[in-house]
Amino acid sequence: MTLADESAVLERLHTRLTDAAADGGALDVAYRTLDTPVGTLLMAATPAGLVRIAYSSEGHDAVLASLAARVSPRVLRAPNRLAVAARELDEYFAGRRQGFDLPLDLRLSRGFRRDVLRALPRIGYGNTATYTTVAATAGNPRAVRAAASACATNPLPIVIPCHRVVRSDGSLGGYLGGVAAKRTLLDLETAA
Amino acid sequence: MTELPPFETVVAEHGAVVLRVCRAVLGAQEAEDAWSETFLAALRAYPRLRPDSDVRAWLVTIAHRKALDGYRGRRRTPQPVAELPREPAAADVTDAVPDAALLSAVDALPDKQRAVVAYRYLADLSYPAIAEIVGGTPDAARRSAADGVATLRRTYHPEETR
Repeated sequence: MTLADESAVLERLHTRLTDAAADGGALDVAYRTLDTPVGTLLMAATPAGLVRIAYSSEGHDAVLASLAARVSPRVLRAPNRLAVAARELDEYFAGRRQGFDLPLDLRLSRGFRRDVLRALPRIGYGNTATYTTVAATAGNPRAVRAAASACATNPLPIVIPCHRVVRSDGSLGGYLGGVAAKRTLLDLETAA
Repeated sequence: MTELPPFETVVAEHGAVVLRVCRAVLGAQEAEDAWSETFLAALRAYPRLRPDSDVRAWLVTIAHRKALDGYRGRRRTPQPVAELPREPAAADVTDAVPDAALLSAVDALPDKQRAVVAYRYLADLSYPAIAEIVGGTPDAARRSAADGVATLRRTYHPEETR
């Protein structure tokens, strides 16, 4: 058996392990990466739904370590478990999808931040809203800073469209994936 | 870091060693099922593992108890070394992967010696750790490994498979 043979066997056994773990309820966090126009994204899901999308600037290893600590250490690379989410993101980046139809697990976000995340999908594809409007929509018009902070810590960027939130003066504002990524997403949605 | 790393890290760091141990102790046919049972059992138990544990020794312990013991009854009788190895040795076999002739020679060792040699020389476990797994004292494990290696020096002829 050569090292190459051994790698092939281990890859096959890895797939067998993730399938058996998922079937037996022992896979708490499945993840994969996806190459996109805004860089390589990390996608992670629990049995309840998509729980995390991370830009490479966040450090994928650090994000996985954080998921192990906050959700469960039973974390495995399992691309098949994220096939639907990956396909929908591919379609979005190809300009052929305007909304996501995926179960989401919002357990990484609490309180008013979670209210903001629930309100964000009401900003339609290709549109923008201000942090002030988002704060009001989430139920607390004066919590503009808290709304901005909810966007900055959005565990599911792109799918929950915090990139559509801009400043009242018309400037782009910040973005957890970098301002260039925000610009790319907004341009994509305007062009489609 | 006092928290457990993602289990994926455990598979990436120790998957190959556990596979080599399973192949050496069980043979190629049974090794893959043993590997699968070991890592599935390890995944289930992982959240309860103390973060400062020796993860490789823990995995070998699971392999030994959960899989290797279970398979031993069904294992075919050891083949004499003079018979053909299970597979041809490839030209690009490296030192890292035991070649077929070595596996065949290991296969002919008595059960306990074979396990101790694999745990010592493939998994790089200490004799106290091996004694915890197979029973007996660290000194007994050391003697068992020495006896096994002495036998291998007589029975292992790598050039014969070229």
